[in-house]
Amino acid sequence: MSRRALDKNQQATVDSAQVAVQSRGYWATVLMRLGQDKVTLVCGAVLLTIILSAVFADAIALVDPYKANMLKRLKPIGTPGFPLGGDEMGRDMLTRLLYGGRLSLFMGVTPVVLALGIGGLLGLVAGFMGGRVNMLIMRVMDVFYAFPSVLLAVAISGALGAGVGNAIVSMTLVFIPPLTRVTESVTTQIRNLDYVEAARASGAGNLIIIRVHVLSNVLGPVFIYATSLISVSIILASGLSFLGLGTEPPEPEWGLMLNTLRQSIYVNPWVAALPGAMIFFTSITFNLLSDGVRSAMDVRL
Amino acid sequence: MFAYLIRRVLYVIPISFGVTVLVFALVHMAPGDPLSAVVPPDAPEEMVQELRKAYGFDKPLPIQYATWLSRVLIGDLGVSVARGRKVTDELTIAVPNTFILAVGGTLLGFTLGAFFGGVAGYFQGRWIDKLATAIAITGISVPHYWLGIVLVIIFSVEMNVLPSFGMGPGGSTAWQWNAENIKHLVLPLITLSVIPMGIITRTVRATVAEILNQEFVQALHAKGLLTYQVLLHVVKNAAPTTLAVMGLQLGYLLGGSILVETVFQWPGTGSLLNSAIFERDLPLLQGTILILAMFFVLLNLLVDIVQSAIDPRMVR
Amino acid sequence: MSSSHPKPAGIAATGSSDLLMVTGLRKYFPVLGGIMNRTVAQVQAVDDVSFSIRSGEVLGIVGESGCGKSTTARLLMHLIKSDAGEIAFDGQTVGDGDGLELREMRRQMQMVFQNSYSSLNPRLPIEETIAFGPKVHGTPTDKARARARDILGKVGLDPGQFIRRYPHELSGGQRQRVNIARALALEPRLLILDEAVSALDKSVEAQVLNLLLDLKQELALTYIFISHDLNVVQYVSDRVLVMYLGKIVEIGTVDDIYERTRHPYTQALLSAMPSMDPDKRIETPPLTGDPPNPINPPPGCRFHTRCPFAEAVCAAREPELEFSLATDGDEHRVACHMNTADSGHTRVPA
Repeated sequence: MSRRALDKNQQATVDSAQVAVQSRGYWATVLMRLGQDKVTLVCGAVLLTIILSAVFADAIALVDPYKANMLKRLKPIGTPGFPLGGDEMGRDMLTRLLYGGRLSLFMGVTPVVLALGIGGLLGLVAGFMGGRVNMLIMRVMDVFYAFPSVLLAVAISGALGAGVGNAIVSMTLVFIPPLTRVTESVTTQIRNLDYVEAARASGAGNLIIIRVHVLSNVLGPVFIYATSLISVSIILASGLSFLGLGTEPPEPEWGLMLNTLRQSIYVNPWVAALPGAMIFFTSITFNLLSDGVRSAMDVRL
Repeated sequence: MFAYLIRRVLYVIPISFGVTVLVFALVHMAPGDPLSAVVPPDAPEEMVQELRKAYGFDKPLPIQYATWLSRVLIGDLGVSVARGRKVTDELTIAVPNTFILAVGGTLLGFTLGAFFGGVAGYFQGRWIDKLATAIAITGISVPHYWLGIVLVIIFSVEMNVLPSFGMGPGGSTAWQWNAENIKHLVLPLITLSVIPMGIITRTVRATVAEILNQEFVQALHAKGLLTYQVLLHVVKNAAPTTLAVMGLQLGYLLGGSILVETVFQWPGTGSLLNSAIFERDLPLLQGTILILAMFFVLLNLLVDIVQSAIDPRMVR
Repeated sequence: MSSSHPKPAGIAATGSSDLLMVTGLRKYFPVLGGIMNRTVAQVQAVDDVSFSIRSGEVLGIVGESGCGKSTTARLLMHLIKSDAGEIAFDGQTVGDGDGLELREMRRQMQMVFQNSYSSLNPRLPIEETIAFGPKVHGTPTDKARARARDILGKVGLDPGQFIRRYPHELSGGQRQRVNIARALALEPRLLILDEAVSALDKSVEAQVLNLLLDLKQELALTYIFISHDLNVVQYVSDRVLVMYLGKIVEIGTVDDIYERTRHPYTQALLSAMPSMDPDKRIETPPLTGDPPNPINPPPGCRFHTRCPFAEAVCAAREPELEFSLATDGDEHRVACHMNTADSGHTRVPA
């Protein structure tokens, strides 16, 4: 039955599954090439800084992120005691941004991880079993695919209501279909290779074949594909919060902050733009980093 | 080939059916009373029961689904609980507005993307390539709702040359091709075009580079073909994939415009969705999501058909 | 090697030294098409194939691509299910309640694959690949590994060097040796070699062939050797079976097939064989007609569209596999109307 072709990203993943895994010498080469790629290194450093500053926010920040002070509402950047200004409730922006990273990153990464587990399992089963099981799973995925991702996320979130947990559920459901598709595609390819047949000819049962032969060859490419979804996920998570469907006030989170500060753009526009800038930097450094890693890994043996 | 086309068209039917089930299920798993938008909390019980009956909320879910579906098939999407108007009327106003944004954004994104991507692919490896690729990566990394806000800050707040929200003067919801409306269009259009621009740049660049690297292009050069003819050849080969991507991007913009429409308060389907969610307006929500999803399904169909017509290798 | 009296074709006999008996094997693959993806045609990959193999011999199977040799191999290994026919290993049919268990059969009968690269899991070190089979059958890990080392030595690879290596670190010939080692790890009695040396350079091919012959001797193995390379088949085989479009067209001892060829197709194949011996020329007319389509095989004898000796009877009736009318031993059978008395063909020897 006809099914829409995989997009470029997904196809690249499927193709790379055919490239054999590499020896110890390979990873050394990859690291060396990475070492020479300055842009990627810088991005890696920046991303690491962002992540660490979010994780260790309570060690770095000097102020309570919830502490409001109406006198300090929307103070500009550089006000003493408020290095990045004050938000619409007078809370310190720098602190809020640091703590905001926690939720934003968490909401970005968790759905991808969950979807990798669920979608990966579904794709593995669909790819390995073939036949009716495959058709059933993939057809259901096709129905989900009939929605553009933002619409689907908003629809599910709208149905479930606001809240971090609901937003994570919603985004996990959005990411399961592409992960299932890619896993199914890779698994089908691998399943038809001679060494799987040879394993069957040795008398092994399905579970053993999956565990020993299929899993390790499928996981690599699928995992790499999953990481490419992370930056989309961060933007989408913050987008949901921006619409009021994700994090709820007064929690600090970049998307939500963008929403609440929006009314104030005529008063203090640059403070209002800061949270989005954080999302942007995280996303672009992540994309550049993964592009760099991918081209370093693209070594012709 | 013909068989493939028929199969592909017929496949729309079960998918659409699945879509209706999913939309219905989504909307009805929302917690809370669907009547709460209309009914004040202290209303007398009989009135609530009557309203419930009038809207059909008292019947079991599968019956509600069947009723809804049968009405949808004749074009009746129900009445908006919060606004009191027919859903189809709301959509008739909103859809064209979203279309203007989505189509415009796709075209702009495609034009810029084709240009950047073509240039990058042609001058592979040189600084122009790196620049264009950087622009592309920026395009796909930027949260477009944030970009919208930034543009508003720059052009409305600071420079005051462009309006910051709405589609027309005085919050009008009917589009007209005049200078006022166009001024309102500029910022949202640019905002929406950024992601397709990024994606199309990458696609075009990769395709062009791949074609130019193929040996037969060098053979063409050796045969003495003018650069113009080689370019024409490249365009012919790059077209199918690029068109497919563009079609898909249009679909994403149609469905995903809610964020940008929220930023700019653009009276399109995104804004409808927004109010439907927050007012718990089930019929409006159902109808809007359904229509948007169906557009996407049909768009995918169109893309598949066009692609298989241009490039027979794509047929599976 | 020949028994005391000729066995009639197609009748199951109680040959005491028959290790494998195949009767009436058939496999058709459906071709999907049309609007509803229905089965519009069948690829008749293997059609009514019957033969037997004796313990300790090498049976070569030759034919062009698409003739069904690989499908036959997979049917024998039960990697695909047959549509009809019976496979009996050592007298017992496989898979029935009272016959041989599938798993047990998999110990006895193993296969060496052609494409030596994708036939090894790129993520497993060689030792694990070879030890996998025994482990599946219950051998404890340390014993399985010891077995792997032992077998590696037997196929000519130094265990010390090779156990921890990965497939991409080996050359083509080495990988094929590993394939052989993997097949032998389960101590099978029958080995199916499906184009096992086709992908190797000539010099390496010779080494691997000799290794196979030595191993056969040392471990008392029986081989089915599938190849499209007639020279190689002649070198290793005791008996040879020729397939065309899913059917057996000729079967006999090596000399029967190579020296006393009776089927026009075999003759055509042999005439295309490069030979180093200037005296060895077989006078054959060239092949005529279009290459065949296994989806719609020609009626009657499947070869008749390309056969220079084809006559009306050839298009009308399929010839049976029958003993050669020439007096050349009791192994040689041919499926050709020229070899069938009373077929009506003008070239039947009187």
